[in-house]
Amino acid sequence: MKLLVRLIHESRPIIAQVVKDTGVLINVERARSDAHEGEEALVDVPDESCIQVSERMRSLGAEVRILEEGISHDEDECVDCGACISICPKGVFSFDEDWKLQVATKKCILCGRCIVSCPHAALSMSY
Amino acid sequence: MEKSIDEINRRIRDGSARVVTADEMPDIVCELGEEGALREVDVVTTGTFGAMCSSGAFLNFGHAEPPIKMERIWLNDVEAYGGIAAVDTYIGATNKSVTRMESYGGAHVIEDFISGQAIELRAQSSGSDCYPRRSITTEVRLEDLNQAIMVNPRNAYQRYDAAINTSDDTLYTYMGTLLPHCANVSFSGAGTLNPISNDPNLRLIGSGVPIFLGGAQGMVVGEGTQHSSAGNFATLMTTGDMTEMNTDFLRAAYMHRYGPTLYLGVGIPLPILDIEAVRRTAVRDEDIMVSIRDYGVPSRSRPVLGQYSYADLKTGAIELNGEEVKTSSLSSYRHAKKVANIVKSWIEDGQMTLCLPTRYLDPSKQAKPMRETRKVILVQEIMQRKVVTIKEDQDITDAAKKLLRGETNHLPVLNEMGKLTGVVTTFDIAKAVARPERKVKVQDIMTRNVITTQADEPIDIAAQKLDHHRISALPVVDAQNQCIAILHASDLGKLFKPGGKLP
Repeated sequence: MKLLVRLIHESRPIIAQVVKDTGVLINVERARSDAHEGEEALVDVPDESCIQVSERMRSLGAEVRILEEGISHDEDECVDCGACISICPKGVFSFDEDWKLQVATKKCILCGRCIVSCPHAALSMSY
Repeated sequence: MEKSIDEINRRIRDGSARVVTADEMPDIVCELGEEGALREVDVVTTGTFGAMCSSGAFLNFGHAEPPIKMERIWLNDVEAYGGIAAVDTYIGATNKSVTRMESYGGAHVIEDFISGQAIELRAQSSGSDCYPRRSITTEVRLEDLNQAIMVNPRNAYQRYDAAINTSDDTLYTYMGTLLPHCANVSFSGAGTLNPISNDPNLRLIGSGVPIFLGGAQGMVVGEGTQHSSAGNFATLMTTGDMTEMNTDFLRAAYMHRYGPTLYLGVGIPLPILDIEAVRRTAVRDEDIMVSIRDYGVPSRSRPVLGQYSYADLKTGAIELNGEEVKTSSLSSYRHAKKVANIVKSWIEDGQMTLCLPTRYLDPSKQAKPMRETRKVILVQEIMQRKVVTIKEDQDITDAAKKLLRGETNHLPVLNEMGKLTGVVTTFDIAKAVARPERKVKVQDIMTRNVITTQADEPIDIAAQKLDHHRISALPVVDAQNQCIAILHASDLGKLFKPGGKLP
């Protein structure tokens, strides 16, 4: 399960603290630090530890959102061009044998790069 | 053996014509040989579906009461051409809306018309005795128009060079998103299914030839603009009735930071008259080569980094200088195939017969670049040669003083060799003061990834750098990376002084 963690500016090592406290191994898939918007990390945790980890993070002052799915794909808008394929860092997009776009949302890390790259506004993030 | 166009049309009418799509032809020729394929196949259908920016439509709205000669015209706030009388206009696909978000444009107006939506028409006029009315605002649908004739100056490129980006920044182009450091290749075109690639000598495709255009039956007007068949970049001017089109094969699109464009399906049936036609329609993806051009170089002549076939590009990755680079297409092969299949079914059902060009296109034409009579303005004409700099190991208080004295917000930072290594801004100083964490030297707080310009760079390219990076100054460096001047965003204002001369 993927969690979107927003950290408050005072830089406490929240993720490290949670790993230490819970013993759950957390994979940081994407992290961003921005002078204006603060720090944000997309982390992957085992499904069974999702609640435990998110509760612990919240208790340490982080905002945590549980992301049920990755990028969403509007098949009516999509024309199967494939512009998203080569710009995705995780190989979420591919063609089947009929050149129809396939979307492996499980691999998605919600970086958002494909959203602006889609000429037909067929890709969006729901969060 | 040869076949006549009349013989092929006779077979189409009696339902006995053998029609195949262009991607099937190579295997048929392999299996039956050229003579066998000529006997067997009557028509090869082609198709392509991709961004065709140079598209648009002539519209006639009928006369208003009292009548108006529309001189400035907006459709859903997208300006349309007002230079044709009186209730005629031309709406171009790439024009942006003046009020809506910039992702709405002429292509969207065209798509909205075709999907049956009402479009707001606004027009102004200076008025005349015969056309007294000065303004009009109304809502019109496609069915309310007398004519909606799509006429596209440049469609169905024979092939298109692929795009890559060697620069340090992500570029957003009409070829899509190009990641920095050659991290992806974007290409466009249907390869083996492309109409002109199946008739490169333009023996079968020319004026008057029937085509599929956006779902309707249209025709080739003639040579497209920028037609450059000598370089294998032939183009077509096409036309079709917009009222017969559908949104499966006509889709408005928006290329991020480029603007609106129109995705369009174009398909052309090719009569298989002789061995030459067989040979040409046997073309495979492997045979159609394109260059990969570096869009990181902001120039008309973008450097070519390699030659690859559509077969290479369609695998999803190519090898470039020993590294694997991911490739993907902007045009849709799936839709191109659908176009070719629909044209095939039209012919099989006797709904479309073929003809030879009434006028042939020049197969040896070469497009020219623009003749420019005024020189491009360069950075050196407006840059500030007096530039205050600072050394890496100086204290930030020195930097603060220099910023105050120099009345500037940017201090280029030099190392002991005098080479540019960073920039310090008033914002950097403010940050350092607000969060004192023992950062006392300029090198602790400076921005190291400096965006620079050169004295001989065209001013528009420098302006694009300022805009792209959302910064307000560019140090001007020479070939040795010495900082010789600085260009502030505010210097660009010098270009627009009414009646003023460049300093």
